[in-house]
Amino acid sequence: MTPEQILEQCRDLVGQPLGAVAERWKAERPGGRVVAAYPVWTPAELVHAAGMLPLSLLGGGTSVELTHADARFQSFVCSIAKSTLELGFQDIVKGIDGFVFSNICDVARNLGSIYQRNFPGVFVEYLHLPQNSTSPGVTAYAASELRRLAAGFETAFGLTLTEAALTKAIEIYNVVRARVRALYAFRIAEPQKLSTTELYVALRATTLVPPEQAIAWLDALLDGLPRRDARPRDRLRVVIEGAFCEQPPLGLLEVLEEAGCYVVEDDLLLGWRWFTSDVPTDGDPFERLGAAYVNQSVPSSTRHEGREHRSAGLIEKVRRASATAVIFMPAKFCEPALFDYVLMKQGLERAGIPHMIVEFEEKMWTFERTRNEIETFVESMLFD
Amino acid sequence: MATPVTERQYQGKVHEHSRRLMSAWMGELARAEAEGRTTGALMISGNCVELLRACHVLPMFPEVTALQNAIRHKSLPLILKAEQAGYSSDNCAYVKADMGLFLEGGMGPGKPMPFPNLIVCNYVGCNVYVKWFEHLADISGAKLFMLDVPFARTPEPTAADVQYVVGQLEELIALCEGFTGHTFDIDELREVLAHAARAEDGYARCKDLCKSHPAPFDAYFDSINMMGPINVLRGTREAADFFDVAVAEFAGLVGQGLGPLSEERFRTVVEGPPPYPYYKNFRNLFSKWGAVAVQSTYSTVGGIWEWGFRHDPARPLESIAEQMLRENLTNRSITARYQQIRRYVDEWKADALVIHSIKSCRLFSAGQGDMRDYFTRELGVPTLLVESDLEDPRYYAEAQLRNRIDAFFEALEHKKVVAAGTH
Repeated sequence: MTPEQILEQCRDLVGQPLGAVAERWKAERPGGRVVAAYPVWTPAELVHAAGMLPLSLLGGGTSVELTHADARFQSFVCSIAKSTLELGFQDIVKGIDGFVFSNICDVARNLGSIYQRNFPGVFVEYLHLPQNSTSPGVTAYAASELRRLAAGFETAFGLTLTEAALTKAIEIYNVVRARVRALYAFRIAEPQKLSTTELYVALRATTLVPPEQAIAWLDALLDGLPRRDARPRDRLRVVIEGAFCEQPPLGLLEVLEEAGCYVVEDDLLLGWRWFTSDVPTDGDPFERLGAAYVNQSVPSSTRHEGREHRSAGLIEKVRRASATAVIFMPAKFCEPALFDYVLMKQGLERAGIPHMIVEFEEKMWTFERTRNEIETFVESMLFD
Repeated sequence: MATPVTERQYQGKVHEHSRRLMSAWMGELARAEAEGRTTGALMISGNCVELLRACHVLPMFPEVTALQNAIRHKSLPLILKAEQAGYSSDNCAYVKADMGLFLEGGMGPGKPMPFPNLIVCNYVGCNVYVKWFEHLADISGAKLFMLDVPFARTPEPTAADVQYVVGQLEELIALCEGFTGHTFDIDELREVLAHAARAEDGYARCKDLCKSHPAPFDAYFDSINMMGPINVLRGTREAADFFDVAVAEFAGLVGQGLGPLSEERFRTVVEGPPPYPYYKNFRNLFSKWGAVAVQSTYSTVGGIWEWGFRHDPARPLESIAEQMLRENLTNRSITARYQQIRRYVDEWKADALVIHSIKSCRLFSAGQGDMRDYFTRELGVPTLLVESDLEDPRYYAEAQLRNRIDAFFEALEHKKVVAAGTH
């Protein structure tokens, strides 16, 4: 298949209701189970190792009108929390058997238990992801938490999750992540051949299918994209930072590029490409995965990293991608991103890296003001 | 026309005693730098202040500084200063007031509020704590110790949870020894914990006295007098003694049939932190209706003592870990809080639930609409939800609050009259 055909398939899948995606997969696998993971990182390996389908749970985007969730969450709460709850109230996630939330922020924490209260018929688990990155006991603790999640799957769904199956799952997700890293590296090298919306749609689609299918798509893209005929343009190379949980509307990503940017790095769907290198597959896979969370995670606003300044990872990302500037893109009301913005902005200023901030909401539909702001920013850089 | 309700204007020994103890602690903090004492920043919720005390580290609490600035109407310029530096209007205003204090020159070496030598982030449910202390470490250059406390997501903490927290407490002890040069003595910690347990017992007894009709104090607005000693000074002999005085005073009021108002017409449970910039104004909106809080969730952010948990000198580190993991409001789920409130409504015989939803603290507030739904629809408990903020005065709209509070108590009064068959 050509990249265009694959991207069309991906676009079609991403546009479908999450429950329909789950139901279709289950129709081909009687007795199969589907588990949806709220951002940012959930070990998809565990879900896959148990023979289930892991899906990304990313709210309702532009497709769902809030009719119930607005009465449960206040106006100052981010959109993704509300629309995720709404998916439950409107039965749009019917067919999904389990949901995993974690301690990424205070809203996500409350959302998990409110979800459980309102939808007692589905399996809901809350994962505590360690915030201490240096304690001698932290990797063992992380492994124990993963084992607890695995035991929860076993009890809830009457299945078995073996260490051997988890090792294989880690291996296959290592392949997925390596392919995604290669695709990101390709965009850094030739951004004119892969737009951000294309990369985003492809990546998001890989979070809705089994890893084998994801690898097939990614391989085909890596094979076909270099042959695309596209001339480099005089654009500003930028890094997007802050959109690791609630996802921006595609229209906003399009506007970024139309306004004169090449997005060469970003933190979109960060949890699905969480590790900086392959997770080792020798030894106890729970311990390997737990240790990887502690030692191989990408820098993120949802995880405290005691070994380096918050801005260090971003600056390194800018350098690695040969970017000129950073566009902070936090979701409205996203406290982790908004707090980190201050420290990262200060770090960028010390390093002499220009930046701007554009807040978004998942239901944002008019982009003209943003377009003007970005165009002004780009022009100020290109014609400086 | 009912007789107007008035406040008794009775402050008593509790208020003065608390003020004296807290002032003494703040005096110690102000002198710490000059005296070469090691200071350690902590958060209020589910803290391990006993451990710092036994390690000879003087605890300091940025939340207390922030709330004091709010109650003295000094928070807004600090918040604005922080927003000028890049903090969002949607970020927790407690943090902004604290960072604003630094930016305004009120915090740092030689300033009224010193930088801590050590920053101990007791991550107990609140993710903003992590950010706050990352920022405090950034400006102060102080060592940040992240004390990661797994969230209460199982009926009881798992063995791995307890082991993980105890291990980190042991690391913290070693770290403190390095700072202070003082060798840790487990027997000293046991002694501190014995004082803590006595204070916890006293606080629980005070709150239990609010089951009386009338309640001897307002368990929301007056609890602040006890929250300093229980959350900040816990583990000292003085705090334990304070609660002996408080219990005696409140028991005396119960004996006399006296409460904080001339008449207790409505017994409420209040959920959520208070609006510190307008503390008295907000209180007046309830007092005029004769509404007295007989229990509150905010008074349990540091620890939930009324169900019987006490620090145990025989199991020092384990009991500190258990308290951080389970025995405080913030490390529990919001739906566990529903059950806490439900018990309060039932056992303290409350007429209504008042939810004060604040923008700054999503841990408290995100999802309180669901809480209202649970109490009104499923339990039939009259529930009022109002919004403002605990630190940022811009979110306090008194006219709107008054309208909603008046409408709620009018309806509640009508319901009472009808129930009494006098209408």
